[in-house]
Amino acid sequence: MHIVVCIKQVPDSAQIRVHPVTNTIMRQGVPTIINPYDLFALEAALALRDKFGGEVTVLTMGPPSAADSLRKALTFGADRAVLLTDRFFAGADTLATTYALATAVRKIGDTFGAPDIVFTGKQTIDGDTAQVGPGIAKRLGLLQLTYVARIAELDLAARSVKVERRSEGGLQVLQTRLPCLITMLEATNEIRRGTMADALRAARAEVVTWSAQVAGVEDISKCGLRGSPTIVKRVFAPSPRAEKAALVEAGDAPADALINEMFRRQPKLESELAALARGY
Amino acid sequence: MSEPNKSEPTKAPAAANSRAATKKELPEHFKGYKHVWVFVEQERGHVHPVSWELMGAGRKLADKLKVDLAAVVIGPTGAATEQAAAEAFCYGADLAYVVADDLLTHYRNEAYTKALTDVVNTYKPEILLLGATTLGRDLAGSVATTLLTGLTADCTELDVDADGSLAATRPTFGGSLLCTIYTLNYRPQMATVRPRVMAMPDREARPAGRIINHPLGLIEDDIVTKVLSFLPDRDSAKSNLAYADVVVAGGLGLGSPENFQLVRQLASVLGAEFGCSRPLVQKGWVTSDRQIGQTGKTIRPKLYIAAGISGAIQHRVGVEGADLIVAINTDKNAPIFEFAHVGIVTDAIRLLPALTEAFRARLSPHSRDRIAS
Repeated sequence: MHIVVCIKQVPDSAQIRVHPVTNTIMRQGVPTIINPYDLFALEAALALRDKFGGEVTVLTMGPPSAADSLRKALTFGADRAVLLTDRFFAGADTLATTYALATAVRKIGDTFGAPDIVFTGKQTIDGDTAQVGPGIAKRLGLLQLTYVARIAELDLAARSVKVERRSEGGLQVLQTRLPCLITMLEATNEIRRGTMADALRAARAEVVTWSAQVAGVEDISKCGLRGSPTIVKRVFAPSPRAEKAALVEAGDAPADALINEMFRRQPKLESELAALARGY
Repeated sequence: MSEPNKSEPTKAPAAANSRAATKKELPEHFKGYKHVWVFVEQERGHVHPVSWELMGAGRKLADKLKVDLAAVVIGPTGAATEQAAAEAFCYGADLAYVVADDLLTHYRNEAYTKALTDVVNTYKPEILLLGATTLGRDLAGSVATTLLTGLTADCTELDVDADGSLAATRPTFGGSLLCTIYTLNYRPQMATVRPRVMAMPDREARPAGRIINHPLGLIEDDIVTKVLSFLPDRDSAKSNLAYADVVVAGGLGLGSPENFQLVRQLASVLGAEFGCSRPLVQKGWVTSDRQIGQTGKTIRPKLYIAAGISGAIQHRVGVEGADLIVAINTDKNAPIFEFAHVGIVTDAIRLLPALTEAFRARLSPHSRDRIAS
């Protein structure tokens, strides 16, 4: 079995700061990480490989420094890493990104064997769009299973997979055919950190690096900024709220003082809360 | 691999920078695209409220463009789908496109993508809005890629500018900045919006308007994916964070996972939902369906109580629509006091039990009778 996992190297958004005067992003010193949701996808892929045999290839598109994230994925146990990097990919929106990634997945299939499953995380923590997984699926003509909480069954002989997919109010149990694309929800199982053998192998492993041309991109105008139908016209800081919070002094009965202040601000609140508390 | 969103595009060479998308004149074949559409999302017979929230936003866009607002209703034949279309008129739709087929009983990407793509290609909307739900995002990504058009995710503001283009504003960099995104040379212009980001418009009882039925054009054998069953959430009746009237949430200031119980107790006394900030999910103290903020849920309650939450911009984005924000934090310089309405500088671990007792005493029917008499 061959599984391809698409990952993204993202800035650790918890550590991003905005310059207080210029309202620009201060990138210096912000560490990069593998998008946390992609780790759930990687874990799901590795678990399937361990059970059914085969190989896991990790793929990312990004600047040359994104190779760091691929090496990390190798230390976690991935078998092979492919970096898609080219100046022509710069500035891609989700549509252009899916064009490049789908091309690379096709090339991976031609070079290392056709994938049975392509995995991605449910979304990234920097873009948050959840659009790239479905886009890759559509480009490759794969069936898509998004927001998958659990892979319940995989039958390689029958080329069939059964999953539990998150939807409003519950889980949809779906069955579809391989090959397919799966985007993983946060998993309940722990993400492995790899063995010493994995770490040694990763240290020696070569990250396969492809330019647009080598990856087989046919139409460069579909990549990067040129291939992006959306354009960012304006970036700005959210306007600050005019007034700061009215601070209640924490005296002898701070809870009552706080409640009094709430009810003073919103006179209807007391009766609304009473109705809710009675279960209406 | 950046997203609309474009994280690091600045060093692209001049050639790659010549954006086709910035050309001013719309290509000839897109000139027939008119009207604003809202995808009405229904699952298991229920319309997701985000559809009506979008109808409110869509109405304003349509009025500004002086075009019709249409609903797109996709679902099984029968009462639920007809009812969804009828409701769409009550929330401001001028007409409704309906694809009704029993193959659409359960959401399946293949069938819904075909249905929506076909209707778009036939009737050509200029703007197409969907809810940023699990269903909406699954569908929007497929449809936009099939149509090779732009899709802007999780917008917080929608407007049309002077030349009639959709200006879609969304948070970027974890909510620390906003960006306005355009899809100039492609149609339709597509956007998703999370539940509770737009205000719910008033419902007006109105007779059903013009309905245009469109065939699905598939048979079951065409659809590979099968829905085997549905496992409802155990507490699905209670898990209603986005639409709760009162929400109590905790953050790292609670110190330990055991102390999160204090948040749940106060929520219970108030008949409220409980939530948390992102770090608690990352630490595994609380499950992610309770996360409030840019990567979690957007809430719009009448009352929001934040206990031990510092109020990073990520969190702020998710709670700004609350009528009354109350913050409890030991650090008087915590950013949450910048956007809360009422604050108290104290340790939430000590205040929460007292607050729970005080509310219990005030809100009991007995004390209400006393106040009334």
